[in-house]
Amino acid sequence: MAGSETGFLARVRPDLALKHGVLGVAVLIALAPTVFMVLTSLKSEEEYTFNKVGPPAAPVLDHYRSVLFASDFFAWMGNSLVLAAGAVALSTAVSCLGAYAIARMQFAGRGLLFSVSTSLMAVPPVVMIVPLFVLYAQLDLISTYHGAILIYAGLITPFSVYLLTTFFRTIPRELFESARIDGAGDLRILVRIVLPLSLPALLTLVVVNALYVWNDLLIAIIFLQDDAKRTLMAGISVFQGRYGDQIPLTMAGMVFASAPMVILYIAFQKHYISGLMAGSIK
Amino acid sequence: MNQGSRIAPYAYVLPLVALLLFVFGYPVVRIFEFSFKMVRGIDGPWIGFRNYDLVLSQPLFWESVRHNLQLLLAVPCMVVWSLLIAVVLFDRLRGWKLYRVVLFLPYILAVPIIAVVMKKMFQFNGPVNEVLRWIGLDFLALDWIGSTDVALWTVMLLIIWRESALGIILFLARLLALDESLIESAKLEGASWWQRLRYVIVPQMKVVIEFYVVVSVITILSSVFSYVYMIGGGRGGPGTSTTVVELYIFNALIRTSLPGIASAVSAMLFLVSLLLIVPLFAVRRRANEEEVA
Repeated sequence: MAGSETGFLARVRPDLALKHGVLGVAVLIALAPTVFMVLTSLKSEEEYTFNKVGPPAAPVLDHYRSVLFASDFFAWMGNSLVLAAGAVALSTAVSCLGAYAIARMQFAGRGLLFSVSTSLMAVPPVVMIVPLFVLYAQLDLISTYHGAILIYAGLITPFSVYLLTTFFRTIPRELFESARIDGAGDLRILVRIVLPLSLPALLTLVVVNALYVWNDLLIAIIFLQDDAKRTLMAGISVFQGRYGDQIPLTMAGMVFASAPMVILYIAFQKHYISGLMAGSIK
Repeated sequence: MNQGSRIAPYAYVLPLVALLLFVFGYPVVRIFEFSFKMVRGIDGPWIGFRNYDLVLSQPLFWESVRHNLQLLLAVPCMVVWSLLIAVVLFDRLRGWKLYRVVLFLPYILAVPIIAVVMKKMFQFNGPVNEVLRWIGLDFLALDWIGSTDVALWTVMLLIIWRESALGIILFLARLLALDESLIESAKLEGASWWQRLRYVIVPQMKVVIEFYVVVSVITILSSVFSYVYMIGGGRGGPGTSTTVVELYIFNALIRTSLPGIASAVSAMLFLVSLLLIVPLFAVRRRANEEEVA
């Protein structure tokens, strides 16, 4: 023990320094794009040509002004919000009913339904697009909210069913039995007892599924081709195509586009982390 | 009452079954049908295996497959990097919770956004090369985005960068749930940091590592569209150097309007994804037994 107090070097434990060093590098790598994005968005186009790495010498907010007032970012975000809300609401409602039946009722094909539904989590969304695109073109459903919401809701539902079923199964059987003795029907049990107990699972579900819809690009560019229906992610692809040469302006757009999710993440870290772990298959 | 409760379960699952049949069932049946037809517009004549012959004889298809397989090289890198960071975080140095929040950030940012940012960072005259030249690593200052030899590796770096964040969090969660008395007793018996890692910690993490590997393989084979679409300027470029199977299907459907061709590739991708369901179920079950996922 006495030996460890002999000098300064002995107290700066080399293994600790090494571990902090490793984490420091990891943090640097993880943050570099965000830092670059924010710093660059504050530079003038001219400054960026000679100062690509350092902080802006003379910060300007012009790019944010252009993004806020002269671009369609708000409209794109609005569209993404409508789709995410619609798809999550539809999928959650359908999955709650289905998962309740799978977890708590007896019927033929119950096991099969659950296995098939769970397996669908591993099926790539791109496999579904060709027939749906042909069908939607026929039915005039391309570039409609309800058409896209239906597809998104379907794609996120296998995960919803999986998560809710496993959660519903953990609710003690006695709760159901006593409610039934009191004369409650299934729907009443589901709404009054099961759902309130399932709030953590439901929150996880909303986080994972909303993020999936919000971040999706594939379905968005195929099924929402109309300018007025464009989502944020599809909008970003258009935006970078149009203003890609003006890097500080592009970065201001990216800062603005990522702000909602980053703010939500910082506010609800715990739910995000546990939710995305549970939803890592998506 | 009896009558009601026998039918009731079906009423509960009906919307679910209908939704899954519409979004998964119908398309799966039709991709197989379309893949044997020359579809123009909404339908077309049966043509046997001609779509498959065409696809399988096309170099671009094989190039796309090869690109997906090459991207799988990201998986071992992701595992090693995530494991290293998770194990260091597990030592719970001062501020480890803050480190954890920051290190998960890459997974929060949407792929299209981060792809746009990285594309600018990795430009030939961009900040990454500027820093590399500044620290004397000129030979590493490649044309990351514009060179057909390098672009796919840049995509892979981006995938590693983002998907590792999930690995770190998954691994750390498992570590925090470990029985630490084993690690403590190894420490008391004089096992070094490396020995504890190699013989005590990693063996107990086998299941979560397997889980992460399977999930990552599925992601790379079937969900890298946004990465290549944004990095490759919407076309898997430069040239065809970052085209993957998903983009091949997208191009066949949207750009060249050949649903039959797109369906043949979709059908093959679907069959591959079925093969992956078996290991996925196995690792999910084992992971659930350990309550890690």
